Amino acid sequence: MTFDQVLQYIFSGITVGSIYAFVAIGYNIIYNTTGIINFAQGEFVMLGGMIAYTFSGFMALLPSVIIAVLLTAAVGGVIENVFIRRMRRTSVLGMIVITVGLSILIREFSLYIWDEQIRALPFFTGSEISSVEIIGARISPQVLWVLAVTAVLTVALYIFLKFTLTGQAMRACSENPKAALLCGIRTDRMISLSFMVSAGIGALGGCVVSPLTQTHYAMGSDLAVKGFTVAILGGLGNPLSAVAAGLLLGLIESFSISVLPMAYKDVISILILLIILVAKPSGLFGSRAAAALKDY
Amino acid sequence: MKKTTAILLTLAAIASSLLTGCGGEDETIKVGALFAVTGGASFLGAPEARTADMLVEEINADGGVDGKMIELIIKDTAANPEKAISFAKQLIEEDKVVAIIGPSTSGETMQIKELCESYKTPLISCAAAEAIVDPVAKYVFKTPQKDSYVANWVFTTMKEMGIKNIGIVGANTGFGNAGLGQLEKYAPDYGINIIAKETYDKAATDLTAVLTKLKAKDVEAVVNWSIVPAQSIVPKNMKQLGMDVPLFQSHGFGNIKYAEAAGAAAEGIIFPAGQLLVAEKLPASHPQKEITTAYKTQYESKFNEPVSGFGGYAYDSIMLIVKAIEKTGSIERNDIRDGLESISGYAGASGVFNMSASDHNGLDMSSIEMLTVENGEFTLYK
Repeated sequence: MTFDQVLQYIFSGITVGSIYAFVAIGYNIIYNTTGIINFAQGEFVMLGGMIAYTFSGFMALLPSVIIAVLLTAAVGGVIENVFIRRMRRTSVLGMIVITVGLSILIREFSLYIWDEQIRALPFFTGSEISSVEIIGARISPQVLWVLAVTAVLTVALYIFLKFTLTGQAMRACSENPKAALLCGIRTDRMISLSFMVSAGIGALGGCVVSPLTQTHYAMGSDLAVKGFTVAILGGLGNPLSAVAAGLLLGLIESFSISVLPMAYKDVISILILLIILVAKPSGLFGSRAAAALKDY
Repeated sequence: MKKTTAILLTLAAIASSLLTGCGGEDETIKVGALFAVTGGASFLGAPEARTADMLVEEINADGGVDGKMIELIIKDTAANPEKAISFAKQLIEEDKVVAIIGPSTSGETMQIKELCESYKTPLISCAAAEAIVDPVAKYVFKTPQKDSYVANWVFTTMKEMGIKNIGIVGANTGFGNAGLGQLEKYAPDYGINIIAKETYDKAATDLTAVLTKLKAKDVEAVVNWSIVPAQSIVPKNMKQLGMDVPLFQSHGFGNIKYAEAAGAAAEGIIFPAGQLLVAEKLPASHPQKEITTAYKTQYESKFNEPVSGFGGYAYDSIMLIVKAIEKTGSIERNDIRDGLESISGYAGASGVFNMSASDHNGLDMSSIEMLTVENGEFTLYK
């Protein structure tokens, strides 16, 4: 393997990894406030891409992306209000099953609205054929967009969770919902907010990667499995470790291609999921003590 | 009391629907259809189902076949072979169809091939893999052009361009694997070396890693044999990596949406496909000129979306059954089978069909043209 090739694999890995990270961050935010694994997370990514594509027909790219993020966040809010809030008495497992149902529902609605064809947003800068050279490796300018958005998002999320009152309240909910409630934190609002934020983040991811990966109504379920693997790998409950785990999985997958046919890369990620679940269920960066407090 | 009434009403509704289901249908020709309308292969199944519906409606409006109406029963298999099997059984045993068209994918077709043989029900598949009709099964036919023609066209073009060492990639689906097999089989005949072969996942989102591997081996051309949306990522990633070698695609690229998804990167892609995609660019003397233009115009005005080769497969399936019934004047399964086998010179959407006992596809090399993408449109290559 030459140096150029290695570099190329690295870029390929972090591009794919960023996509996984977008999904995994969403899993974590919702898991933190509710203990639910929201399997409709992949659908938020799909919705983001689809809505932005639809609006980009009438307006510039930036406003259509903003509209897509806001609309998808609204969908997340509606889901929380209509389903999750009213099913609070159901067990956590029951709610997880509800999210699986919701993902199917959203997918079928999308098939109805957007049909089965693939769509791709235009490239944010340049076009399908433009390419940037970075120390021997060549990548699409869109990859830089993906990396930049991932980086900005990670930093913004860190600041939000660490330094803002709302972010701290959200973290309090994740530490101990009852105690948070006793401290005067409106946990139900936090849950609503967490659904909206993770739907919005998913949608943003869906928009940024759409020029590269294309958007298809059924793309959500594959992303959901990958995102879940990453969330588990990083340790459930920490959105920032999800980013690290996402990049790690992306890199592993991309380098595995040099030895194995690419069709096996899913085998690798599922294998990693199994190993982590058996060997260290709290994830690479998660703490055992924190995991013990959770239902799942 | 209310509950009892409700139950009785429901029962009455079921009973009446059963009664209407039994009565007065001797005069219809029941044709079953298995299409992947939803799911991962919906880009095949959806246009197929739309086309079949549209065509049957038109035939019935014109008075049917020999005065009998066609009743089309479409089942959505979602590209799931298990569903295809159970729906096929249901169509044959319960609905008592005279023939089945579809399934959309090669994997599903191979699963129900035996079933249709044992029930002696004609099956006209809309899937591409050559194995469907090779070896010939008595009751199994197919409308899409054979993989081997496609592979041969690709190599013929490469030879003209003086290309020697190539890399091939394909999705790990039935279609992709069968296609890569055909490429490997025929490459030596043209003196072409396959120096790299890679398969990718059908849900792949980035293929730069695969292409990096090909680039490192200095391939002179790339063949991308795939029918899934991920195939549009290959041209984009090639441009991003600065690979300037020609890209060949399979007939699975024959949907303008794939070219649109690849945008500027699609320009110059060379791929073999049926004449349907370039109907308006065919010379007026071409045998398929009339039917392809008519179908294309009708489909595009009705559904407001560009026609694809896949819809054409369904179009031909229905028309072949119609021709077979007109020929034999019977709607018995065995007679339809015999009728299908004796069809010759029928110019359809995918080519001119000349069926025989040894050829249940009936198309030849001329059913395919090399096309390319120019200014975002499909056009004849050269």
